Amino acid sequence: MAKILKKEQWSDTIFSMLIEAKDVAKAAKPGQFIILIPREHGERVPLTIADSSVDEGWVQIVFQVVGKSTLELSRMSEGEELFSFVGPLGMPSEIEKFPGKVVMIGGGIGIAPIHPIAKKLKELGNHVVSIIGAKTADLLIMEDKIREASTEVIVATDDGSKGKKGFVNAVLEEFLATEAENVSKIWAIGPPIMMKVCTISAGKFNKPIIVSLNPIMVDGTGMCGACRVTVGGQTKFACVDGPEFDGALVDFDELMARQRQYKELEQKALELYKSKEGVA
Amino acid sequence: MAERIKASEKFKRDRVPMKEQDPKERIKNFNEVPYGYSFEEAIKEAQRCLQCKPPACVAGCPADVHVPEFIDKILDEDIEGAFKEIKLTNALPAICGRVCPQEEQCEGACIMNKKGKPIAIGRLERFVADWAREKGIIDEPPAEDSKVSKRVAIVGSGPAGLACAADLAKLGYDVTIFEALHKPGGVLVYGIPEFRLPKAIVQYEVDQIKKMGVKIYTDYVIGYIKTVDELVEEYDAVFLANGAGAPSFLHIPGENLNGVYSASEFLTRSNLMRAFDFPNYDTPLNVGKRVVVIGGGNVAMDAVRTAKRLGAEEAIIVYRRSRTEMPARAEEIEHAEAEGIQFELLTNPVKILGDENGNVKGLECMRMELGEPDESGRRRPVPIEGSNFVMDVDNVIVAIGQNANPIVARSATGVETNKWGYFIADEETGKTTHPKVWAGGDIVTGAATVILAVGAGKKAAKSIHETLSKQ
Repeated sequence: MAKILKKEQWSDTIFSMLIEAKDVAKAAKPGQFIILIPREHGERVPLTIADSSVDEGWVQIVFQVVGKSTLELSRMSEGEELFSFVGPLGMPSEIEKFPGKVVMIGGGIGIAPIHPIAKKLKELGNHVVSIIGAKTADLLIMEDKIREASTEVIVATDDGSKGKKGFVNAVLEEFLATEAENVSKIWAIGPPIMMKVCTISAGKFNKPIIVSLNPIMVDGTGMCGACRVTVGGQTKFACVDGPEFDGALVDFDELMARQRQYKELEQKALELYKSKEGVA
Repeated sequence: MAERIKASEKFKRDRVPMKEQDPKERIKNFNEVPYGYSFEEAIKEAQRCLQCKPPACVAGCPADVHVPEFIDKILDEDIEGAFKEIKLTNALPAICGRVCPQEEQCEGACIMNKKGKPIAIGRLERFVADWAREKGIIDEPPAEDSKVSKRVAIVGSGPAGLACAADLAKLGYDVTIFEALHKPGGVLVYGIPEFRLPKAIVQYEVDQIKKMGVKIYTDYVIGYIKTVDELVEEYDAVFLANGAGAPSFLHIPGENLNGVYSASEFLTRSNLMRAFDFPNYDTPLNVGKRVVVIGGGNVAMDAVRTAKRLGAEEAIIVYRRSRTEMPARAEEIEHAEAEGIQFELLTNPVKILGDENGNVKGLECMRMELGEPDESGRRRPVPIEGSNFVMDVDNVIVAIGQNANPIVARSATGVETNKWGYFIADEETGKTTHPKVWAGGDIVTGAATVILAVGAGKKAAKSIHETLSKQ
């Protein structure tokens, strides 16, 4: 179970893996996530599902190396088995045929989780406009797959090395300036700061926006409350009540503060691992 | 054969104490606190048993352990026989011997308790189970010809699920357990700390149940990967034992500051994920110098004693009633006191204070006094006006109970829940409002004890057998 069937390196720090998980692939719906433990002494790492195949029995995960666990995962090989892989978790995205256009915004690694949602939306006959952005052209992932799953695609990079120059929220505002009345739904997935600014941008046009939150989690089944977030003044558990919420109601500053909770310990674990494994 | 002593001698003798790790030492490690009886100590304690007919202790045991019989076998120096006697009704003796509140059950009912000296049944059960484990004595798997072609699915591998599985496996059923986490055992693994219940012991008793032919799928969250409705289609009966599993918070300002934990998160990080051994294990846990645990139950005691072991200089219980009303077992409170845990009783938190980085720095509380009894029969705590004060603290751990986790219930068509989200199930049989579904343990009663969950699992097994054997 949970064998790494295929591993690809997409940039210095971004990796994609196809994980053998028949039952998970069968049950997975767009918007849901999985939790994995790379090796026995590892921690539980939540990752949103990027794609899945029922016929071939795999689930795709896309991740960026940021700490010890993701570094260790990136160094595992095809054919190896993960210690633990559980999913699907969380509430699926609410997808139907919406009037007008639907805008999907993916920032950085957040391009991966918008893929299954866009794909399903398009299958149901929606007009899907995807805005995907990254720091540089090298870090822009899954462009081909997003094009397949969308009606229109707008690419943006912070340095202008590909597509428009600037952040995705600026592109969103530019798009809404002429198209706002045709847009019925917006999704934005990426780092919290990106989702925060996209929410502000959508708000300028009174457009509802859905964001997918990625707080620290432990069990991912509503048992521990590590992932609590404030939404509309109420405490919610992102794992079971989300991960998707109405962006306008989310306290992003609290989310960002909570994500920094273990920074020092995470750094310590990373350095220890690097020195033990002789990795630069 | 050990000597049988006269009744008059039995009344004269005191309970044989169980040796423990010195409190000064044990707060530096996660090793088990009590050492367990030696053979000689077990014999000496067993000699005190009056062998009552009918035995009050058995009536007080939710698992119907044959207490006088197994104690008599200890006196025969037939420890293997004693083990088999216990295992007739209880698949988890090493666990129950450690964590049951015996003072409310078998030992509470013991005739000798009238003199305040009940037979130490829990300690004897533990002795027998540990002896059998060390000697490698195992239960025989059910004979091939006793196999029944009926299949039962169990949701959750905690005490209720394991007890139900063991009883059904003995009767020859084909049993599959679905566990959400990556290790089986439920609360025994994520909730109860190593120093009270070593995880190797849980693993051993789970392995024994697997040897009976029970299959356990871990990393399998019913409600997501498969619905209860699908299990009902695929199996002849379904037992829901998924636990309460959703932490309650206080809903006071500051509860989402960094450094505030639910007891479930704090204990899961330490017990299941082994954060106490960071960085050998990757899961981190921030424990500061002053840690407050809010609550007065067994979980609060587990959390506060864990915090002490993780390096807190001061680990403090804040509880709104007085010591008399504390729901924790007396033994747990005594252990905590011996370890230097402080108690701020008749104290209620009103606000958690944070610094500019979003970290906890203080806890504002109010003093309370006891008023008239409330619906639980305990005297209601009433705030004393103007008594607010602030404690400097680095962590706040909230241990005030559990709510019902909705994941399983929302995938179970026709299985009714009450207004709090717990399954409605018959107390004697575990039958729910769906003819093929049974439920038991904390997801029916709300957070309770391991042994009550074991009892519920056994009752459900009996009822499932009665129903399926008629078909």
